[in-house]
Amino acid sequence: MPIKISIRLALALTLLSCGHLMAQGLVVPPVSGSPSARPVTIVPFAYEGAGLPLEVDLSAVVSGDLNRSGQFNALGRDNIVEYPTRASELKFDTWRMLKQDYIVIGRVLDAADGAVRIEFELHDVATRQRMLGLALGARRSDLRGAAHQVADYVYEKVTGVRGAFWTRMAYVTSTGLGKNTQYALMVADSDGDNPQVVVRSGEPLLSAAWSPDSKKLAYVSFERGSSSIYLQELTTGSRQILASYRGINGAPSFSPDGTKLALTLSQGGNPDIYVMDLATRRTTQVTRHYAIDTEAVWTPDGQNLIFTSDRGGKPQLYQASAAGGDAIRVSQKGEYNARATISGDGKKIAMAQGAGNVYRIAVLDRSRGGAEYTTLSPGSLDESPSFAPNGSMILYAAREGKRGVLYAVSADGRVRQRLVLADGDVREPAWSPFRQR
Amino acid sequence: MNNPMRVILMGLLAVSMVACKTTPKSETTPPADEMTKQPETTSQVEDGKFSAGDLDSDACLRQRVVYFDFDQADIKSEASAILACHGKYLSDLPGAKMTLEGHADERGSREYNIGLGERRGNAVSSALQANGGSAAQITVNSYGEERPTCSESDESCWGKNRRVEIVYTQAQ
Repeated sequence: MPIKISIRLALALTLLSCGHLMAQGLVVPPVSGSPSARPVTIVPFAYEGAGLPLEVDLSAVVSGDLNRSGQFNALGRDNIVEYPTRASELKFDTWRMLKQDYIVIGRVLDAADGAVRIEFELHDVATRQRMLGLALGARRSDLRGAAHQVADYVYEKVTGVRGAFWTRMAYVTSTGLGKNTQYALMVADSDGDNPQVVVRSGEPLLSAAWSPDSKKLAYVSFERGSSSIYLQELTTGSRQILASYRGINGAPSFSPDGTKLALTLSQGGNPDIYVMDLATRRTTQVTRHYAIDTEAVWTPDGQNLIFTSDRGGKPQLYQASAAGGDAIRVSQKGEYNARATISGDGKKIAMAQGAGNVYRIAVLDRSRGGAEYTTLSPGSLDESPSFAPNGSMILYAAREGKRGVLYAVSADGRVRQRLVLADGDVREPAWSPFRQR
Repeated sequence: MNNPMRVILMGLLAVSMVACKTTPKSETTPPADEMTKQPETTSQVEDGKFSAGDLDSDACLRQRVVYFDFDQADIKSEASAILACHGKYLSDLPGAKMTLEGHADERGSREYNIGLGERRGNAVSSALQANGGSAAQITVNSYGEERPTCSESDESCWGKNRRVEIVYTQAQ
């Protein structure tokens, strides 16, 4: 009898803690696509297996992804009048009448060991041609991951650019105030779903950076009393300290080939940029200036670093060779420019741009002479931009009332979606590199 | 219900709860409303030197926060009295040690604000050394904007967060 009770209690506790975990998730409000974007219909995929109905609405995940990109405008569920699941059932005239350019249909079959097989097709409505027909295997526990991969294939086939929906984001949450604050470094899917705790601490956590293989995170933790840089493997949770010098140990950033880490150290008396060889752990100093030099990120060729420095009086972006040498100023407009993120093709640099008390995300397009800025966000304290690995979108942090929230914005600024934590403060989104299929 | 044993147990429980509540606060945490008060008296004895007990009783030494202007690390004139008495304390008690916790408001990027908090901590460290303290007694630790005391996005809250907190880690 007492054993039974304790089992029940344990079960109840497990359920409670699960509920708690759910409450910490990012609530994603539905997003509608940009009206001027490509009209596409994702017909609900039919489950044709013998097991329980699928736990995830696959076509809703695909539609949400495509809408968020700003490149597509997915037909709302209410306007879908027919439910073809294979090419033979497809009446193109219906979709032409609904002014759709593309249609995606699919079905889900049972596979071995309780897994499923997702078969889907992309059709061009005008030419009545099948553009794509693929099958993906998926575990029932990872149906959302499979749906993000479907969205990636559709996105790439239509736009010619690799999709970045099947990726993840790291971010930091905090609850409480002052010395009672609790911090957590989290990882979630690119749409904010499926949040997982990487590390929790009663001391500040910040500045998460992905390794190029997206298997590890480097981050700053104050858990030893002052700042240290840790390197943590995501699947095993094993971690090690990379830097714990006197003073600041901050702003880690992996080189594109993953062999080096740029970081900020103030062991020399003030914050300077260093590069650490990850094999030998030896550091070399890149900048030598009495100003604050920090937040270095690598250019895609791995040759240069773009970093924040107030050597001119106010924080601005500068570029220097990763091997050292003189720095040249990159950001010319605005009184405050910091925290650069560089698109994968190296052409665009997004930053937090401040004027007076207003901070917004601005993008500098260097391919057109290097002087063209676009403001992507409308907030007053927007910061920490992070490019998607395909350059199509940017994640950033904003303040709403007394708490921080995350936004995803298309690189053209046309579509923005808020990703909100149910409780507490959310900040510092870092978009992962592509995952290996 | 009237079991005397239960009454005794509850009594014990109540006593232990009170005991928990009366646990003394850490001496490194200053009462918030003391921070703005001006020093009224100093409690130095005839030889003019501070003693360890003065950390809790001296009106100047009880002030442990120095405030700054936006994106600045210059020491304001109103902080000179605090820096003078803490500098003298370090000089009078060479075994005393402190950490200067540098902080910034929420505006601007987080890692830049870590740098700014350190710059403020270094400015306070220099001022304390000019007032008699030695570098070996002082450690600077910047938290940037990661440990705010309030979370409103307005000047009144920002002003409270742009600060250096003096935290004694060794009183003598």
